[in-house]
Amino acid sequence: MELLDFARGPALTIAFAIFAIGVAWRLSSLLFTPRPHRRAEAREGTPSDAKAFVRGVFSRFIPHKTYRDVVFANHLNAYVFHIGLFIVVFLYRPHILFIEGFTGLSWPALPNTLVYGVGLVTVVSLGVALARRMTNPVQKILTTFDDYFSWALTVLPVLTGLLVVNGIGARYETLLALHILSVCALLIWLPFGKLMHTFLFVLSRGVTSVRLSRRGATF
Amino acid sequence: MTEPQTVGEMLARKGISRRALLRYAAWVTSIMALPSSMTRAMAQGIADTKRMSVIWLSCQECTACTESLTRSYSPTIDDLIFDFISLDYHEALQAAAGHQAEEARLKAMEDNKDNYVVIVDGSIPLGNMGYSTVAGHANADVLRETAEHALAVVAVGSCATWGGLPKADPNPTGAVSVSQIVRNTPIINISGCPPIPEAMTGTLAHVLAFGQIPELDHLGRPRAFFGNSIHDRCYRRPFYDKGLFAKSFDDEGARKGWCLYELGCKGPVTYNACATLKWNGGASWPVQTGHGCLGCSEPDFWDRGSFYKPLPASTEPLATPLAAGAVAGVAAGALASRAAKTRREILGAMSKPKDAADTTDKT
Repeated sequence: MELLDFARGPALTIAFAIFAIGVAWRLSSLLFTPRPHRRAEAREGTPSDAKAFVRGVFSRFIPHKTYRDVVFANHLNAYVFHIGLFIVVFLYRPHILFIEGFTGLSWPALPNTLVYGVGLVTVVSLGVALARRMTNPVQKILTTFDDYFSWALTVLPVLTGLLVVNGIGARYETLLALHILSVCALLIWLPFGKLMHTFLFVLSRGVTSVRLSRRGATF
Repeated sequence: MTEPQTVGEMLARKGISRRALLRYAAWVTSIMALPSSMTRAMAQGIADTKRMSVIWLSCQECTACTESLTRSYSPTIDDLIFDFISLDYHEALQAAAGHQAEEARLKAMEDNKDNYVVIVDGSIPLGNMGYSTVAGHANADVLRETAEHALAVVAVGSCATWGGLPKADPNPTGAVSVSQIVRNTPIINISGCPPIPEAMTGTLAHVLAFGQIPELDHLGRPRAFFGNSIHDRCYRRPFYDKGLFAKSFDDEGARKGWCLYELGCKGPVTYNACATLKWNGGASWPVQTGHGCLGCSEPDFWDRGSFYKPLPASTEPLATPLAAGAVAGVAAGALASRAAKTRREILGAMSKPKDAADTTDKT
């Protein structure tokens, strides 16, 4: 069995199983956990839980005016690589074919050359995010191994993908195998590190909003 | 009239001019990506050399490799590669039969010790030596014996180079490739099902002219013919870059010549010269006829997933591990939450009696 056969077969199967177990375990652990008793009355004018939840999820897409000027560049950069990742993962034809392979779902793709450009921008943007994390004194203190590891596992698939399409460094099948294996590593790590925010950001934003809204905060 | 001593003398006697030989040498050097300055050296090398003794062994094969080499639509000079060599043994082409044929092989080996070339098509069965024999001798034994004092062994076709169809799962005959039998003689792999005729003749011409094997890739294939992927040289490649793909074999995209990637084309992971040399005298090739590349020149191409499954798709069903993983994860999460709740209740219960006892004491 060659490396590509291993990547396309057993590696993906194992990675998908661990990914599914991890994500389902973490989400169900949270959802099955009993809600804490509310020992205090909500303040007057508190929105309903549903409204507070939705407001919390969406209000965080734009930085609060108090910090807007300070975090603007960082926030913008985060948008760049998040949107870039979305385009690269979900609007590149070979990736759609991959997803279609096990879901049966398909949708229109962007031209490949455009996606290559987006991939390059995404890598640069992720590089900027890392540079800031390593140079900003406050962020540096807050950064743990999880952050660096999650960053590496995020950038690797994009980087190896760009190497694949440009044929840089090795033969196509070797690069493709490394690309798929990097995706496997990402899938395996995702549920257990900070990358789980892919699924948890909705819950964490919403629940925080509900709790703080009851104490009078506005979103 | 004396017998011609060299290939050059023999070609001259057949009316083939030196200019024609130079044209042929120029063609071979160009397809093998050799410097143009090598043209004259190759022509001279071919002209000066004696006809090389070639022994062709057929093992578990379908004869398509021989068909590929011999089938041509017009007699070109590369067809005359058979005049460059002395094909001393070939079960399908030789006139001799039975013991005479075997004697011809042994004589060629003895007369040209260390200077003859062995060509092999077909895989070699090791599961049971009786699966494929010639004159009562197992393929593996004949190959070992013949290759021992050969200048080089040329494995032609994917069966000889990788095991091919006979080796496909579950490999009932225990088929292996030439490289798993021959250990101490240089091997040139010319893979394909069948291989491109020019890849075979060009490689032989190189060995004949320069007395050495051409530059090989990591799989032992001549880099000149197997250095580029089908995808890189495919005339449909611009459509891939534009994201224009045929969705079925008869849709509008297919008729417009769009990329066949979504229909399972294995061109990106297949290395061969089909896209440049083409087949049948350069008339066409599989992708030009509208079918994706099967990847026939790569190892174990029969067992690498469906020919019609796109390359990015997993070779194993992923829906099952996803669904099973999700169910297992939810169950684990529910159990963990239940355990946490129980623990909390136990802790709560343990603290309550103490409070109650304290209250009782006070009263």
